[in-house]
Amino acid sequence: MAYTEEELKKELETKEYEYGFYTDIESDTLPKGLNEEIVIAISKKKEEPEWMTEWRLEAFRAWKEMEEPEWANVTYKKPDFQDISYYSAPNKKPKYNSLDEVDPELLDTFKKLGISVDEQKKLAGVAVDIVMDSVSVATTFKKTLAEKGIIFCSISEAIQEHPELVKKYLGTVVPQKDNFYAALNSAVFSDGSFCYIPKGVRCPMELSTYFRINQAGTGQFERTLVIADEGSYVSYLEGCTAPMRDENQLHAAVVELIALDDAEIKYSTVQNWYPGNDEGKGGVFNFVTKRGLCEKNAKISWTQVETGSAVTWKYPSCILKGDHSIGEFYSIAVTNNFQQADTGTKMIHLGKNTKSTIISKGISAGQSQNSYRGLVQVNSRAENARNFSQCDSLLMGNRCGAHTFPYIEAKNKTAQIEHEATTSKIGEDQIFYCNQRGIDTEKAIALIVNGFSKEVLNKLPMEFAVEAQKLLEISLEGSVG
Amino acid sequence: MDLKEKLVSSFMAFEDGLDLDHPVHEERSRAIKNFETKGFPSKKEEAWKYTSLKSLQKIDFSIFPKQESALEYKDVKKYFLHEIDTYKIVFVDGVYSSYLSETTHDGVDVCLMSSAFSKPMFQQVIEVYFNKAASKEESLTTLNTAFSKEGAYIYIPKNKMPKKPIQILHLATGNEAALMLQPRNLIVAEDNAEVQIIERHQSLTGNEVFTNSVTEIFAGKDAIVDYYKVQNDAPTASLVDNTYISQKNSSVVRVHTFSLGGKLIRNNLNFYQNGERIDSTLKGVTILGDKQHVDHHTLVHHAQPNCESHQDYKGIFGDSSTGVFNGKIIVDKIAQKTDAFQQNNNILLSDKSTINSKPQLEIFADDVKCSHGCTIGQLDEEALFYLRSRGIPKKEAKALMMYAFANNVLESVRIPELKSRINKIIAEKLGVRMGFDL
Repeated sequence: MAYTEEELKKELETKEYEYGFYTDIESDTLPKGLNEEIVIAISKKKEEPEWMTEWRLEAFRAWKEMEEPEWANVTYKKPDFQDISYYSAPNKKPKYNSLDEVDPELLDTFKKLGISVDEQKKLAGVAVDIVMDSVSVATTFKKTLAEKGIIFCSISEAIQEHPELVKKYLGTVVPQKDNFYAALNSAVFSDGSFCYIPKGVRCPMELSTYFRINQAGTGQFERTLVIADEGSYVSYLEGCTAPMRDENQLHAAVVELIALDDAEIKYSTVQNWYPGNDEGKGGVFNFVTKRGLCEKNAKISWTQVETGSAVTWKYPSCILKGDHSIGEFYSIAVTNNFQQADTGTKMIHLGKNTKSTIISKGISAGQSQNSYRGLVQVNSRAENARNFSQCDSLLMGNRCGAHTFPYIEAKNKTAQIEHEATTSKIGEDQIFYCNQRGIDTEKAIALIVNGFSKEVLNKLPMEFAVEAQKLLEISLEGSVG
Repeated sequence: MDLKEKLVSSFMAFEDGLDLDHPVHEERSRAIKNFETKGFPSKKEEAWKYTSLKSLQKIDFSIFPKQESALEYKDVKKYFLHEIDTYKIVFVDGVYSSYLSETTHDGVDVCLMSSAFSKPMFQQVIEVYFNKAASKEESLTTLNTAFSKEGAYIYIPKNKMPKKPIQILHLATGNEAALMLQPRNLIVAEDNAEVQIIERHQSLTGNEVFTNSVTEIFAGKDAIVDYYKVQNDAPTASLVDNTYISQKNSSVVRVHTFSLGGKLIRNNLNFYQNGERIDSTLKGVTILGDKQHVDHHTLVHHAQPNCESHQDYKGIFGDSSTGVFNGKIIVDKIAQKTDAFQQNNNILLSDKSTINSKPQLEIFADDVKCSHGCTIGQLDEEALFYLRSRGIPKKEAKALMMYAFANNVLESVRIPELKSRINKIIAEKLGVRMGFDL
């Protein structure tokens, strides 16, 4: 064996966050604090129409009346919402015609992240709408998409150019007053992505957005709206990395998916926000509201690989409103050191013959806490609803915890619901078997974890699956005692 | 005046009749203070999300029955498991009925909490065990502690076993328009002792009854305790049953809960494993109709290594009934090699019935085997067809399948007469004669 387990553990604990660097770009930042003026200022800076400003203010007023939720199985120091700057945009704002014009420092950042815009553009065939501190600076492949009638742009651009679509759908799945963080996001969201797939169009490529939190002390409030019109199909990728910061950074995004009749949306996330150092200091707070609405015969599939964030609080949900609609949720959540994750899904069955599948894999190591919290609700009119849920947890060491909190509510006698959960550790015999065949412990663990999470990894698009697999390995190396 | 105020203000009057120098007095005073601060649990609390006590609080319950009532054995015989000889501790409207009871001090103590509180010979046991397992925080438990006065007291010394099973029966006569009862039971099985207990609450009329019961069970090393709760009460009777079980090394405690009738039933069943190689079993059958509501709230706390727990709850819900299952397994850091299993299966028979299930795991140890499963579904159409194609009418075929569904919970019942009694009640509930003796 190359390493002893002790050494491995040590190496893991001291492993620096690979993507922890800070790009020094002058940015245009609003003063800290939150009040109606700030909300108006954000709206103004983005040159938004009046209805949008009003919409934001409405959300802000609702937010003021709300209290921060405390039911999640996580403990953290609550962020001071008056000590956050709600807007920060890279200073050099003009749109670029080619990549050469982009600030070289910025390009360097992407390089370290391993996403060469250039390369991706040419090789991967992925259109990247890169969000760097809230304003999108590079959007590629727009042309190809435009030919099909697909709109893929930043949400602020959409507000300017497609107000009718935004007005019609924004806030319909996640209302402004939905919850504390959704209300906050509605009031101050700085940017995000917007995507519209017209009737009967199959999006020819995976759409992708990379998020970065860059400026110190800025909250990231992304707003994503994806609309798949009747009979269309889209696969959407979202990936995140954030540079190393000592203070906690807040990320409160809202994602709304709308799948109209016979449409299908596949939404994949690889989340690798900075998790804090090995003493649990720093790290990103990730409080996200993600929800999709399925009309008749539509299908929404959430796939997520969560390896980052100090605190995660995230429940991608499906409202199965239309008859015969399908909701899916595939998740891997990995926590190490002092990370805390409370994540899961909600499947609300409203229509007849609706189906949902939940596969959730939790892996906890170090002193982390990993919770699955899910709701399966079958309404009294949802005839023949079908749900299958499986939540498996893998524990590494006895300083971490794995928790399962499923809520199952059935009000219809034709409902068929199955839920099962298991908790186990990596078997010594499995590792021994690998060792015996010349595979060292570290590789053996990677192999076993890979097998454990395969059901979910398989659901990711190719480009992402590779990255996710690598992330899993990095996050867990040597954490078995 | 709402029920909380009434209870708090009655506490003084209640204490007047008691010995204030008694050590239990302090426990009671502390408990009523806790209840006064917390009040009745509301639906806002996570643990009471699906069960509301609101309507109960509007009823003007009498807390102390005014008149004593005598009952003839022949009138209440059917509520006893009379097929076998048993010790009996019977309460009528919360008052001990010596006429209907059969207690003993022959090697084991099967008697009353009131005498255990007052007689010096029981003092030591009371000091060591009373209110040691029960929660000092949970509001309804502390309400019971505050008014703890009467109930069953069962003490089995080392290496002993009572000659026969023990029945605890609470009867409500309906002399009061609405009656609130708060029995308090203490069951101690010392090392290597064994005991079988059957508990039943029964209202004899259509008057409202609200029982808030607390039972503490202590199982010493290698002790075996079998506890059967028969909940087949009148449709106007509500029950909150709080049971706290503390187990030591290699002990076995099995609690079976048969929830077959009543208006509102809430079972808080808590197991604390304070030793190694412990075996805990929690099983339940729930068959409901009308507007009945049953909430099973279980907790198994694995605090030491090498222990096991088995949970199996089956529910069949018809009409507008509601079933709730909330099971929690906690495995502490040091509780390695824990084997915890939790299962909850439900069948909904009507469009108006509801089931809310919340099986939870909280695990802090890595070398464990913990799993839970929960299903909600219907009877298998193919199996039904199979039975019908062999000449069994639809109703009987359905009943047969439901019976089979519930049956593996009954398998572990160790008193055959009780098993056949429960079977009869189930058959009755399902409205069939199955053509074979259950």
